[in-house]
Amino acid sequence: MSLDVLSLGTDGVTAPPRTNGELTFAAPWESRSFAMALALAQQGLFTLDEFRDHLIEAIGRWEDADHGDEPYHYYRQWQEALEAILAAKQTIAESAMRDRIGVLAQRPHGHDH
Amino acid sequence: MTEKTEPADMPSIELRTEALESLLVEAGLVTPEALDGLINRYVADVGPMNGAKVVAKAWTDDAYRRQLLDDGTAAVGELGFAGPQGEHIVVVENTPEIHNVVVCTLCSCYPWPVLGLPPDWYKDPAYRSRMVREPRTLLSEMGLDLDDDVDVRVWDSSAENRYFVLPERPEGTESMSEEELAELVTRDAMVGVAKVTAP
Repeated sequence: MSLDVLSLGTDGVTAPPRTNGELTFAAPWESRSFAMALALAQQGLFTLDEFRDHLIEAIGRWEDADHGDEPYHYYRQWQEALEAILAAKQTIAESAMRDRIGVLAQRPHGHDH
Repeated sequence: MTEKTEPADMPSIELRTEALESLLVEAGLVTPEALDGLINRYVADVGPMNGAKVVAKAWTDDAYRRQLLDDGTAAVGELGFAGPQGEHIVVVENTPEIHNVVVCTLCSCYPWPVLGLPPDWYKDPAYRSRMVREPRTLLSEMGLDLDDDVDVRVWDSSAENRYFVLPERPEGTESMSEEELAELVTRDAMVGVAKVTAP
């Protein structure tokens, strides 16, 4: 993870957020995914209602599939919905995502932050 | 080139979110700082305390209570709480005869501006389906036993309406100030899976 991307400040965020004793985000990527969707909606790239439709689809796909022991993970579906709506809007193509993931994954261990 | 370490096959979720963020930053659509700001706002500033203030005010100001039940969005906005996903807030009032509880069966719609981010159990498929099918049983499992003569009403949050519950003011709190009352109000009570108890 590049530090500039995942540097979340010293308090409030990286310090595990709690509401009524419960973690609000279980991992930094959850909060990044959450914030990306909100930021793009605020800019008018899509409406939150449109995003919700994709989220419902992503959750529905998960619920219809067999996952064995794998637990349900809300923000995974959130990220899937975000990728889907950006592909549908031709903002970020699936191929661009694949390429970038490939590049990031090539970083040697120990030099990936 | 070993096939075993093919990264694009099943990239980790961390890698996917990082890749997406870097692409969006390059496209000029987001900045890391703006995302930090949003996260901070939802984690630190928006939370159940906003809703607790609304409830405490409704308990101590009957005109506000009526306004809140009549037009939740406006009444909540009057206290300065508004934002994404809080556009249509509907407040349902618990009484000795009626207990309201909120769920979102399709995804996890939630009144973020007043309650912050939803807890894990709210997003759980079991909560979402069972609260509709067997609310009394599930509420009991969550620690809330209701008398048989109490009418349980389950509200399904949607894109149109985000519900939150105005809990009953507990007995023995008559002398407490609005600020003191707000500290008693929990997120769970405003979703309707708990009652507010006197200190």
